[in-house]
Amino acid sequence: MADLENRDSGAAQARLLSGWGRTSPTLATVHLPEDLEHIVSRVTAPSTRGVIARGLGRSYGDAAQNAGGDVVSLRNLDSVLAVDVDKGTVTVESGVSLDRLLRTLLPLGWFPMVIPGTSHVTVGGAIASDIHGKFRHGSFANYVDRMRVVTPAGGARMLVPDADANAFWATSGGMGLTGVITEATLQLQPVETSRIVCDTERTTDVDDCMARMLDGDHDYRYSVAWIDCLATGGRLGRAVLTRGNHATLDDLPTNDRSAARAYEPRALIGSPPWVPNRLVNVLSVRAFNEMWFRKAPRTRQRHVEGIKPFFFPLDQVRDWNRIYGSRGFVQYQFVVPFGEEQVIRRALEQFSAARIPTFLAVLKRFEHDSRSMIGFPMPGWTLALDIPTAPGIAELLDRLDELVVAAGGRVYLTKDARLRPELLQAMYPRLDDWRATRATLDPGNLMRSDMDRRLDLSGVRQQRA
Amino acid sequence: MKDALGEVQSVLVLGGTSDIALATVRKVVGRRGARVVLAARNPQACEIAAAELRALGASEVHCVPFDATDFGTHEIFVRSTFDRFGDFDLVLVAFGVLGDQSRAEHDRAAALDIVQTNFTGTVSVTVPLVNRLRKQGHGTLVLLSSVAGERVRRANFVYGSSKAGIDGYYQGLAASLASSGVHVMIVRPGFVHTKMTAGMKAAPLSVTADEVADAVVRGIARGRDVVWVPPAMRYVMMILRHVPTVIFRRLPIS
Repeated sequence: MADLENRDSGAAQARLLSGWGRTSPTLATVHLPEDLEHIVSRVTAPSTRGVIARGLGRSYGDAAQNAGGDVVSLRNLDSVLAVDVDKGTVTVESGVSLDRLLRTLLPLGWFPMVIPGTSHVTVGGAIASDIHGKFRHGSFANYVDRMRVVTPAGGARMLVPDADANAFWATSGGMGLTGVITEATLQLQPVETSRIVCDTERTTDVDDCMARMLDGDHDYRYSVAWIDCLATGGRLGRAVLTRGNHATLDDLPTNDRSAARAYEPRALIGSPPWVPNRLVNVLSVRAFNEMWFRKAPRTRQRHVEGIKPFFFPLDQVRDWNRIYGSRGFVQYQFVVPFGEEQVIRRALEQFSAARIPTFLAVLKRFEHDSRSMIGFPMPGWTLALDIPTAPGIAELLDRLDELVVAAGGRVYLTKDARLRPELLQAMYPRLDDWRATRATLDPGNLMRSDMDRRLDLSGVRQQRA
Repeated sequence: MKDALGEVQSVLVLGGTSDIALATVRKVVGRRGARVVLAARNPQACEIAAAELRALGASEVHCVPFDATDFGTHEIFVRSTFDRFGDFDLVLVAFGVLGDQSRAEHDRAAALDIVQTNFTGTVSVTVPLVNRLRKQGHGTLVLLSSVAGERVRRANFVYGSSKAGIDGYYQGLAASLASSGVHVMIVRPGFVHTKMTAGMKAAPLSVTADEVADAVVRGIARGRDVVWVPPAMRYVMMILRHVPTVIFRRLPIS
């Protein structure tokens, strides 16, 4: 819960840590290293309960916490080291947030290839989760030219995707369990402006939504549908579909062109520090969703949006995760291959029937497989939604997992806080390859996290049994 | 690890033959294939329950010896149990004796047996247990207390006072563990139909072990500090606590 606010150098502090969902807080010794040397010493000789890296704590579950052990916070490694304008790359320390990256790059006319739904994640975390955002042609790690990783076995080493294929693709998407990423060089795309030209349309139901996405997505670089999970019957899965491309100078009104690459990210409002546990209920959420749906235009063509409202709508409310109260919430995100659309529909039916107060769910389409061994994206449909913790949710999600596995899909580890460990193997067919590579990078199993304890990702528990 | 929705993967029961504890474990083992350790004075007495838990989906069940009144063994019991089986997500402190009130009023040994099991024994094992839980940085520690300690009655004051004592100890303990990652939950059931109360006349608002177990499982998922079973007991006891002594003594419950 308590997050890392201070920047005391090198000081180790016992702190309760939880993920963005604010569930299952555990105590760890948090270190704030200032340089590579500190990290190497932490990773090669941690406490008996191991060590894990932590960035901005935006994983929803328990990926960046380590009960009773060490946590290396990368908050102080937040320098942008170099921008190569010829090649279009940027080299950063891994604790740099995407917010900071955008502030640096946008005025220069560069933009990362993949941007997630919040700017408050670090580059290190984005690689370790191999995040995907609204871009469907590749995930974050596809555009990493090289990265420096500190592993328990090898100390600090530089990895490139082809020559070090195993170590690289085990570390990307590897949930921090191969070592600590300290630096990365990212490929960029040139942009003329800091705006997005987008088209918005309302869809009558989820089938209509998916049909429109299949039909028209190829005209857009970014695409996302916000679904009202409380709508039922003929309106099941009614959605607002928003798609866009980077705006060129010509797309902007003449007055705006002088500040074409301005980036003004700031939170508009904050969430109050204490919120009753039942503020988010079926009635309040139904009202919110209705408003969201009505406020969206039936169709609106070529309107110009800022980076922030388009990519990071929730960043406008600071600490929005607090609105779920002290009990917290979980996010459920899964992907199923094309042809298994019925799983999306059945999931929506079940959420709707169970009257679970979920704000808008997000539906997106992937066209590629993650190259990461235990990466999430695969060609298909992905649905993500926030769910307040309440009785009955555990059983409901366990049932949905079965549908997802049967369809050949998987649940996203970065969002997970409750998956049944037995399903990992079926969801991640390359799990054994990942485990084998991980074992070479960390033969003593020094990299540990609560997620690893819970899911036995590393397979350490299985070995012992 | 306990997950975000309260599912646990490992359970240690002190008092492995307790009806309430076993009813609770039955509800939690299957969903995540939990590893269970049942500790009891006579571990053989747990074997039937162990077989049942395996059938319900527990990944492993072990029965180990633990004597609540053999204080000198508690330190090593805790160390060897955690060293052998690893972390515990959930520890149920469920041992206790009701004793024979009328005998305990005159027989020093009988009175001491109740107090030493329910109070001293619990404190004795809780100290090393909490040291270990602090080190692992997570876990839920559940004490099966009783409404009997809330206002001690004439009818069972030896038992009642032992529960009052340990309940108070755990209240303070819970506060001391507030930012340790360890969650302490006190369960205060009313009259429960178990082998401990077999043959006794049921008090009003009586419940079954299964109902207590449901409340415990819900409380763990929600991170409650205190669970009353049935919930109405909270309000009944709130009133009873403040009834003047002259009236309280005349109430039929005393």
